[in-house]
Amino acid sequence: MPTRVLIAKPGLDGHDRGAKLVARALRDAGFEVIYLGLRQRPDAIASVAVQEDVQVVGLSILSGAHVPLTAKTAEALRAAGADDIKLVVGGTIPSKDVARLQAAGAAAVFPTGTDLDVVVDAMRALAQNMDSVS
Amino acid sequence: MDGTVSSESGIPLAAGYGPDTLPPLEQIPPPGQFPFTRGNFPTGYRGRLWTFRQYSGFGTAEESNQRYRYLLEQGGTGLSVALDLPTQCGYDSDDPEVEEEVGRVGVALDTLADAEVLFDGIPLDQVSTSFTINGTAAILLAFYVAVGEKQGIDRSKLRGTIQNDILKEYVARGTWIWPPKPSLRLIADTIEFCATDVPKFNAISVAGAHFRDAGANAAQEMAFTLMDGVTYCDEVVSRGRMTIDEFAPQVSFFFYTHGDFFEEIAKYRAGRRRWARIVKERYGAKNEKSCMFRVGCVAGGASLYGPQAHNNIVRVAYEAMASVLGGVQSMFTAAWDEPFALPTEESTTLALRTQQVLAYETGVARVVDPLGGSYYVEALTDAMEERVVAIMSELEQQGGMVQAIEKGHLQRLIADEAFRVQQAVSSGERVVVGVNKFATDEQSPEVEGYEPDELARQRQLERLAEVKRNRSAAEVTSTLTALSKAAARDDGNLMPLLIDCAKAYCTVGEMVRVLKDEWGEFQQPRVF
Repeated sequence: MPTRVLIAKPGLDGHDRGAKLVARALRDAGFEVIYLGLRQRPDAIASVAVQEDVQVVGLSILSGAHVPLTAKTAEALRAAGADDIKLVVGGTIPSKDVARLQAAGAAAVFPTGTDLDVVVDAMRALAQNMDSVS
Repeated sequence: MDGTVSSESGIPLAAGYGPDTLPPLEQIPPPGQFPFTRGNFPTGYRGRLWTFRQYSGFGTAEESNQRYRYLLEQGGTGLSVALDLPTQCGYDSDDPEVEEEVGRVGVALDTLADAEVLFDGIPLDQVSTSFTINGTAAILLAFYVAVGEKQGIDRSKLRGTIQNDILKEYVARGTWIWPPKPSLRLIADTIEFCATDVPKFNAISVAGAHFRDAGANAAQEMAFTLMDGVTYCDEVVSRGRMTIDEFAPQVSFFFYTHGDFFEEIAKYRAGRRRWARIVKERYGAKNEKSCMFRVGCVAGGASLYGPQAHNNIVRVAYEAMASVLGGVQSMFTAAWDEPFALPTEESTTLALRTQQVLAYETGVARVVDPLGGSYYVEALTDAMEERVVAIMSELEQQGGMVQAIEKGHLQRLIADEAFRVQQAVSSGERVVVGVNKFATDEQSPEVEGYEPDELARQRQLERLAEVKRNRSAAEVTSTLTALSKAAARDDGNLMPLLIDCAKAYCTVGEMVRVLKDEWGEFQQPRVF
């Protein structure tokens, strides 16, 4: 079974170049990618993640609102009983915020400029890790 | 490597150029003559220098107002208003859905009261103001006209631009609200209104910049943008109320200048020629002014990088020079720290100084179109125009821009190009100094987050609440009802009604909601 990943942009920021590059790189690497697009509400992201039975949810945020939006999405996943789904975040992320994002529930953080191979490998490791646990 | 050398958009380049590739002379008449390849005006920048326009505005209206006063004192000649995402997407600051975004990437404008504070003490008949606003552009124009009236300035004296280009938002920037058809109607309304009431204001700045930042190359950027321009002009002309000559002089364009020096110069020259021909041939323009391609640009954007960030100062300077050699009318130079921070006063001033050195020290502005007649530049201009025409006719065959957007075709073309470039940078095929060549251990500068001041957000919410308490509920209801009724019909112009709503202190969110009820919302195709 290929790893299933959901990529979404919460909030109002419309910069989707990075989200689309990551989605494509994951697809090329054999993942099944569900791309939700812009302006996704955290609860909607969580419910699609559950319905689609994904192993990883990737958020892309470039507006600076990454901490509250990540926290809300992690909360929505927990509320949907899906805290086994790994949450990762990419975008314009100051390194001082990485720990805050991890505390908010992010399993990995990919600031702008991260090599696509690094993202793909990390996502694969996260999904495998999850398989071995469940 | 097969030895072929190409420009960044893939135009194959010879090792040298000579007279054999020089186009027929009627394609390159003197500057100021149709089709304006060499520029819109016979004396170029000697007649009028380009406008130095710096993008700024964040947090509250008070903070932005102070930044504007500072920039004007420093010799800036135009204001540029950055708005926060809720304002751009049509939500009020007190909407719980958007609480994280208030005042974050620009200033929050909820009602006319915020606009009054933003322009306090700035004589609107003496500055030109550019609003980076699209979905809610008509509403912001209504605010501006109303603030002008409060300052006692007749709307005919207002100068500036609203971006007001929704088509690229569906593809690249994402601040769409309604579906394409009613959005085009509203844009045509603003174009008509500016032509009749605000003649010195540019009703639309058709923007390729965002296609570019999303991944398009220079040829695609120009082609997609001209296609958007055609779509808007078609919309206005097809109503039969106005001829092209009545509004075309208020249509302007906006691009990114990136690093391929000569290709960028060729892009502007080719765009000017192509647009002139479109306006004359497709719409039968009689006034040559209608055919002029008036261009603003940004030097920077996705061509800047975080590692060895001071290199960006050099990149921006070259890009600014290419823009001027291409003949732009206004320019924003990005600050070197833009990839990782909200620019500081120091970096913003340096960016402005970059333009001032270019204008007053290098001498490039002394002679119009100094590269005209260059074997290489003329051949590249021709090749660029050819490529632009090919991309445009492919899109026209697909059924035009709206179809290409609704089907996700345009989005896919851009994503393909972004992916190709990403791979070329990863493999080192495309060199980026300090990133994939001559890289050092020097850490990328720390990305500096901008945390909006929670107190400032509270003040914004308080002002909004106060406005809502003090306004006349009856006026709010009656102006919104009139807007809703007019939006349900196809005839009639919505601008006067939006100005009435603005003066009644209706919020942006209220006006947007009324129109959403009539028009629905855009459904995004999810392609990557």
